[in-house]
Amino acid sequence: MKRMIAGIALALMSLTGPVVAEEFPERPIMMMVSYGAGGATDFQARIVTMTSGNEDALGMPIAIINKPGAGGRVGWNWFATQAEADGYTLAAYNVPHFIAQSIKGGVEYSTDSFEPIANWGADPAVFVVGADSQFNSMEDVVAYAKENPGKLTVSGAGLFVGHHIAALQIDKAAGTKMAYIPTKGGGAAAMKAVIAGEVMGGINNLSDAFRAQEAGNVKILGVADLERSSFLPDIPTMMEQGLDVDNSSVNFRGVMVPKGTPQDVIDKLAATVPEMFANDRVTKKMKAGGSPMHIMTRDEVKEMWAQRQQTLNELLAGL
Amino acid sequence: MEFIYYFGEVFTPLSFLLLLGGTIGGLILGATPGLSPTMAVALLIPFTFQLEAAQGLILLGAAYTSTVAGGAVSAILLKIPGAPANIATTLDGHTMAKQGQGARALQLSFLASAVGGVFGVLLLIFLTPVLAKWALAFGPSHLFWLAILGVTVIGTLDSPSVVKGLLSGCIGLWLATIGFDDIMGAQRFIFHPALGGGINIIAALIGLFAIPQVLTMFAKGRHNKGAEVIEVQRHSILAAIRELTSRTRALGIGTLTGSIIGLIPGVGGQIAGLVAYDQTKKFSAEKDKFGTGHSEGVIAAESANNAMVGPSLVPLLTLSIPGSPTAAVLLGGLLIHGIFPGSDLFDNHPDVAWTFINSMLIGQVLMCIFGLYVAGLAARVAQVPQSVMAAIVLALSVFGAYSVQGSMGDVYVMACLGISMFFLERFGFSAAPLVLGLILGPIAEANFIQGGMIADATVGKASYFLTGGLNLLLIAVVLASVAYSVWMELLHRRYTTKEEAQA
Repeated sequence: MKRMIAGIALALMSLTGPVVAEEFPERPIMMMVSYGAGGATDFQARIVTMTSGNEDALGMPIAIINKPGAGGRVGWNWFATQAEADGYTLAAYNVPHFIAQSIKGGVEYSTDSFEPIANWGADPAVFVVGADSQFNSMEDVVAYAKENPGKLTVSGAGLFVGHHIAALQIDKAAGTKMAYIPTKGGGAAAMKAVIAGEVMGGINNLSDAFRAQEAGNVKILGVADLERSSFLPDIPTMMEQGLDVDNSSVNFRGVMVPKGTPQDVIDKLAATVPEMFANDRVTKKMKAGGSPMHIMTRDEVKEMWAQRQQTLNELLAGL
Repeated sequence: MEFIYYFGEVFTPLSFLLLLGGTIGGLILGATPGLSPTMAVALLIPFTFQLEAAQGLILLGAAYTSTVAGGAVSAILLKIPGAPANIATTLDGHTMAKQGQGARALQLSFLASAVGGVFGVLLLIFLTPVLAKWALAFGPSHLFWLAILGVTVIGTLDSPSVVKGLLSGCIGLWLATIGFDDIMGAQRFIFHPALGGGINIIAALIGLFAIPQVLTMFAKGRHNKGAEVIEVQRHSILAAIRELTSRTRALGIGTLTGSIIGLIPGVGGQIAGLVAYDQTKKFSAEKDKFGTGHSEGVIAAESANNAMVGPSLVPLLTLSIPGSPTAAVLLGGLLIHGIFPGSDLFDNHPDVAWTFINSMLIGQVLMCIFGLYVAGLAARVAQVPQSVMAAIVLALSVFGAYSVQGSMGDVYVMACLGISMFFLERFGFSAAPLVLGLILGPIAEANFIQGGMIADATVGKASYFLTGGLNLLLIAVVLASVAYSVWMELLHRRYTTKEEAQA
């Protein structure tokens, strides 16, 4: 009897078999977002996946599932340990967040737990001050920080997220020590602290800061990226202002699968997904929402992950 | 008065249809356990992709107002608060339903919701610029004191004994520390991966309120069946309106408290209902009746949680800062149409802004009409035999806890908290103060740490937290609240001892 059951089980297993790339996907796909509904990552994930049901894309819709908590740790822990590696379970990643968290420990994932598929967006960190602030350039900020060590309060969305990394890089480049104030409630709460004058400056997402500047609430003093942003062509980068700050703090958003996903499925996704991101409808909606797009292929993302891992290892070693 | 010009937009056929759909759908979603207003609005966002900006926002605005009110249905009939906003509604509302007055409780709650809601939206229309400044005035130190003010309420809320109330509040505060701490990222009491994100408030609410009641029903067993079936009294809508107009104090306190608290970013609607309930109780001539199915409790709680809807959108619409999770979702709904909240919204897209606000105003009225219509029918739920009811509530609880974020972990959390609460209730502890601790703990803690960090870099903790007009005002209110509780406790004690001595 036991043998028969084992035999049937084996037969059934061979029936389901490994997924063949040609047939993949044959049912709807799920994508986990480790931040709450309505957040920037969730919002963008919904836009970039909205055309996945088209014939020229995956031909199957992608459903977004939110698993928020602990700055993304809850979702990514779940993804690394419990998600099925069959290609039907995708997740959105946020670099440098998850890499920095894995370096600081207490989580069950690292860059080795995931396989990148493609990148859709890059939201650089920018330095903002209130509209009526005495500071008008990064030079003013650094001069004040040098005169008053530890007294310049700067808000950001939390510890070991892009904003914090940017603050650390500015400190390292200028030889200053700012008082970084992590807020609960993400970038919105950090921006509110700047507008209300609770802190002297803040580091925030370019997209949110752009909106706040349009509304006349803040001034943007510098962009922590290698090039100027097309949204803010007049705002110089940190490098242009003499601060050696590269793009390590840029918030890259993209899609990944768990390690162990069949190679042919990864290849199929890696070939289709970047084209899906480049769809006209997607880019139009992203532009309307003020979300900067930056499409990267699987190989480019792999390289970017490795670079970040190295920079962050050095930057966070002393903390 | 600009908003009047845009009323026409709301009544175009498609807009009005969306408004109706949003309101009815919102009521149903709101009444479903586990589906909070935030989630209901998030679920609707994809539908707005295909619509014009103004129409999309009509749908979202109508859904937001009516889910908040719809939460009262499950709170009153099933004792499952749909969202933190409805906790206070269960305290008296469910007791009324058990006495066969479910129809009356529902009618009062919808009427009070409409009054509070309309007042809140009117505030949004007329006082937005003033209110925006006010919302910004609350920094970390003020939010800290505000949370402490909430803590002082714990002892007196729905608990026969101050000591037991405080103890269950402490349990709540402890539960709130579980998980990765939000600011420093430290791990606290995480013994199971499901606890990494902390205790989910919706799952906790379902567990703490619904499960003890299910267990009690099961514990009664099958004997005396039929005896439990309650006669559901009919209640005319006119009588409900008359009752509401005679309870102006509860309605006034609820509406004002809700409007003020709704304005403060980050605290928002979660505690509006509870604070309004407690304040109304303190000012009421019939304090002892609270918790025994007293209509003032329902009126205060429901007028407060709908009054908060309008003001909670002030920081979003004027400063582009979402003050609550639901506002964050609405921000997404605006951005997807390329509209940036803030001055851009009112200057360049006044049609969208005012149509959205008007739709919330009309949505309140529609919500009230539909609510009153179904109240009489819905109240018959109380006639379902207890053994069947227990099974239904249990199934809904599991479904609700699971649907919060599609995780069995939340179901385990709900079950553990529910079973523990069943035994705690046997010892005279109650769930409301525990939940208040669970909600206020993180607010007080995060703002203390954040304020402390700013203070250390600038003026020092003592002057940061203890000086400034708003800080001193809040401290004074905290002290007054504590003094009042102590005084009432002493008065009550002397009274009972005398009575006992005579007996």
